Amino acid sequence: MSKKILVFFCFVVCTNALYSQHTISGKIISKEPISASDTHIHIGNKVINITVDDSFTAKNLPSRKTNIFISQLGFQSIDTIINLKSDLVINFELKRLANKLAEVVIHHTANSPAKSTIDQQIQLHTIEQFSNQSLGDALKNLAGVSTLKSGNAVVKPIINGLYGSRVPIINNNVRLEDQQWGTEHAPNFDINAAQKITVIKGASGLQYSGDAIGGLVIIEPTNSLKDTLFGKTILNLDSNGKGGSLSTSMHKGNDNGLRWNALATYKYMGDKQAPNYVLSNTGNREINFSGDLTYSGKKYEATAFYSYYKSVIGILSASHTGNVNDLCQSINNKVPSIITDFTYSINNPKQDVTHHIAKFNFNYELDETAHLSFQYSYQYNKRLEFDVRRSDYNDMAALDLDLKTNTLNIDFRKEEHDWKIKSGITTSAQNNYADPATGIRPLIPNYNRIDFGMYGIANYNFSNSFSIDGGVRYDYSKIDATKYYQKSRWDERGYDATFPQFAVEDFGTQWLTKPTFSFHNVSASTGFHKRLDNGWHFYSNISFASRNPNPSEFFSDGLHHATGVIELGDLNLDKEQSTKMAVTIKKVFDEFSFEFNPYYHSIKDYIFLKPVGFETTIRGAFPVWEYQQTDARLFGVDVQTQWNISTNWQHSLALAYVNGKDKNQDAPLIDMPPLNINNKIKFHKSAWHDLLLELKSELVLKQNQYPDNNFYTNIIVDNEFESVLVDISTPPPAYQLLHFYSEMKFNTFKNTATTVAFSVQNILNTSYRDYLNRQRFFADEIGRSFQIQLKFNY
Amino acid sequence: MKTTILKFQNPLKFCAVALFATLTFSSCSNDDDVSTPVNEEELITTVTAIYTPTDGSTAITLLYKDLDGEGANAPVITVSSAFAKNKTYNGTVTFKNELASPTEDITPEIVEEGVDHQLFYQITGSLNAFMYGSAASNFDSNGNPVGLQTVFTTSDAAAGTLTITLRHQPIKTGVNVANGDITNAAGSTDAEVSFPIIVE
Repeated sequence: MSKKILVFFCFVVCTNALYSQHTISGKIISKEPISASDTHIHIGNKVINITVDDSFTAKNLPSRKTNIFISQLGFQSIDTIINLKSDLVINFELKRLANKLAEVVIHHTANSPAKSTIDQQIQLHTIEQFSNQSLGDALKNLAGVSTLKSGNAVVKPIINGLYGSRVPIINNNVRLEDQQWGTEHAPNFDINAAQKITVIKGASGLQYSGDAIGGLVIIEPTNSLKDTLFGKTILNLDSNGKGGSLSTSMHKGNDNGLRWNALATYKYMGDKQAPNYVLSNTGNREINFSGDLTYSGKKYEATAFYSYYKSVIGILSASHTGNVNDLCQSINNKVPSIITDFTYSINNPKQDVTHHIAKFNFNYELDETAHLSFQYSYQYNKRLEFDVRRSDYNDMAALDLDLKTNTLNIDFRKEEHDWKIKSGITTSAQNNYADPATGIRPLIPNYNRIDFGMYGIANYNFSNSFSIDGGVRYDYSKIDATKYYQKSRWDERGYDATFPQFAVEDFGTQWLTKPTFSFHNVSASTGFHKRLDNGWHFYSNISFASRNPNPSEFFSDGLHHATGVIELGDLNLDKEQSTKMAVTIKKVFDEFSFEFNPYYHSIKDYIFLKPVGFETTIRGAFPVWEYQQTDARLFGVDVQTQWNISTNWQHSLALAYVNGKDKNQDAPLIDMPPLNINNKIKFHKSAWHDLLLELKSELVLKQNQYPDNNFYTNIIVDNEFESVLVDISTPPPAYQLLHFYSEMKFNTFKNTATTVAFSVQNILNTSYRDYLNRQRFFADEIGRSFQIQLKFNY
Repeated sequence: MKTTILKFQNPLKFCAVALFATLTFSSCSNDDDVSTPVNEEELITTVTAIYTPTDGSTAITLLYKDLDGEGANAPVITVSSAFAKNKTYNGTVTFKNELASPTEDITPEIVEEGVDHQLFYQITGSLNAFMYGSAASNFDSNGNPVGLQTVFTTSDAAAGTLTITLRHQPIKTGVNVANGDITNAAGSTDAEVSFPIIVE
């Protein structure tokens, strides 16, 4: 709605003459009576009261883009910008709020009622640009978010230096449970299903989780409240990988009664291409569906939602190494050991992942100010990983995990004039089953996990320009695992002395063990937001959170083929405890705005992999890394600026720096994103079919802060053993990439808007490697790619 | 399910159904089958190389055993005796999985998948080279060596190590790979074992 108003006024207002001081007046219209005292109108910096006949007047407004915000409890708020150049008379119609879910679970402007942290959001236009890529690729546009990759199709977000179990992903109010502990496991989510993606840095999103030490990624799907039926189809073609994707969706909106959404996506890509060679076996496929049906009554709303995600991802052939000498050769040769001709087919190693989510919501309006919501969700994640094996074993998965999660959430929201209170309880039961038919001892054992959590958050506005918030959460978690340990490993770990009670049955060379752990965690967050009249904003927040060790940190005990390292878990691990202080200073000038966000993060008992020695197996000697705990601290800063150079030209910048340190050892933390600076110049002209041209520079410096985990291996050269350095630590050099994006909109048919986009990624076909790509030992990143996107809105 | 939801005009009824659904779904998720540990059929625990002298005297056995795979125990390496000077030995390598019961001989699998496997013999010290045997059974269907059989000819007294490497999916057409040079073989290592060798 706000977009239409904006467009309308741009037309009307632009034709008028220029004056320095103007008046906006008008009336608030509604089908139902509204209370004058509960209606808030902000025009520019002014707070306006409405009179008994529901009209309003704002005088002495300067000529400039002016923000209008109108809100009334129980009604959809109006948030729009008009380019004020003359006096205006304008009426606003307030509509009853149909979507109570959005109000209870997700606040319309900020996902976290903690207003003391600033949310960063990715809007639909950017999401659509990344339609053929992944969630992680799109999130990278935000300052302070980088990606941890395994090849090109497996992309995980890193927020302020942290990832994996430390960054939960909330999809449509369901916490994704998809074996997210693994660095080679991408979030099981189709980016086309998102309308808006929000990133909360740090643990202040207490209604979602108490263990989001790194932050939260919150995905909201399309949900129209207008009484319309509309559809969208996006076709993507990509020269690199010689494939593309097709995504199509239909949405039926409604104020009351029934509304529904449906979406399907299909993706098909062949081998990707680095500047100098084919990245063999890097094709992928994806097929997704999601749909929901909502019925709104006057006092309640009920929704059923289902989504299906399936992807098959080829893993670079050259990244499978048998032993340290193979790895050493790959690193030193600098060219993948296996390069074959381009193909669409996917061979081993590969991943085949399926994820189902089914959920039911029921939201009930207790009175004008209070709402109650129930949500039950069921998730089923099946992960199959295929490895390079001998003969018939090739068709047998090397890892076969079934993860089932049931969750029930009950949330309550109450809004009084200056107060906003939310509280709720959540309980979930999870079962992981590792199929023994793989013939390989599973990385993750069978387990049952029970979680219970409760939270309360409050926000109080002292005035229109000053608010404080605070929240507390309690979580209980219990995990009952079943795992076979080799007796040699059990004894080597010292578990025979520390955990004799877990060993329940003797199977010759192995123990059947039943480790059990339970945790009680308290997390909290508090802060304030102060807005000054001259456009300065100050946000300050401190959050405290705890994260329990994940199954891989507890139970790993085997060789990791991509890194050539034996990784060992530790049953003695305790939870991580994090304290993060973050400040954001934001200033909005007329044509320029910036956000400056420094933070300091202290993590007690930070869990990480540490090299501890070597073990010899029949494949040769391997370095052994074990999960240990230390006290870590991270500090950094994220900067974003936006400059409207002229009507058509815009510049934006995003910069992020993070420094992580292991305090106990006085050494840098591994896998910290290096300093990165993104600059974007944008040209937009509405008159030319909404022409948009963007040139983006992505500069990533070399990470100089890294722990030295290098080791030596013996290789036979000229009939003598020679000790050769295996450099797994040194980060790759700095690189700069240029990307281009352009689009135009056409009204091809009646009621159909067509957007044609053409883009080039890595214009200069630069060869580079990324420190945060697990396959950087084996191959370069992908080279230049030309992409065409056709989007039809109807 | 989507249509039934519309019938719940009463919120309490809906909650009751949701709760019921929770319990049913959770209770059917206990499909754990933990009665037996994983049978690691594919594992190689034992590499045996037997060198038989052409003069009919006693064969020499090189044995490398790692019964816990990636487990913590170190492998056990034994060499039955020293090699004698000025003799020719014909050697054969076998791979076994002794964790399987009964013990599984993996060698036939390697022969069957000969095009995807090759053994390499690297020496250090003053030892003479180990050469691929010339029998047809030592080559794959493309005529490239698999290399389970080698010939070791001794001359003077010598000492050093022998490293036997089994490569999976090597580039058999690589430079000198067919002659037993591992340098350009690529592929991934399935086994790599070293033995101390003495010729006296």
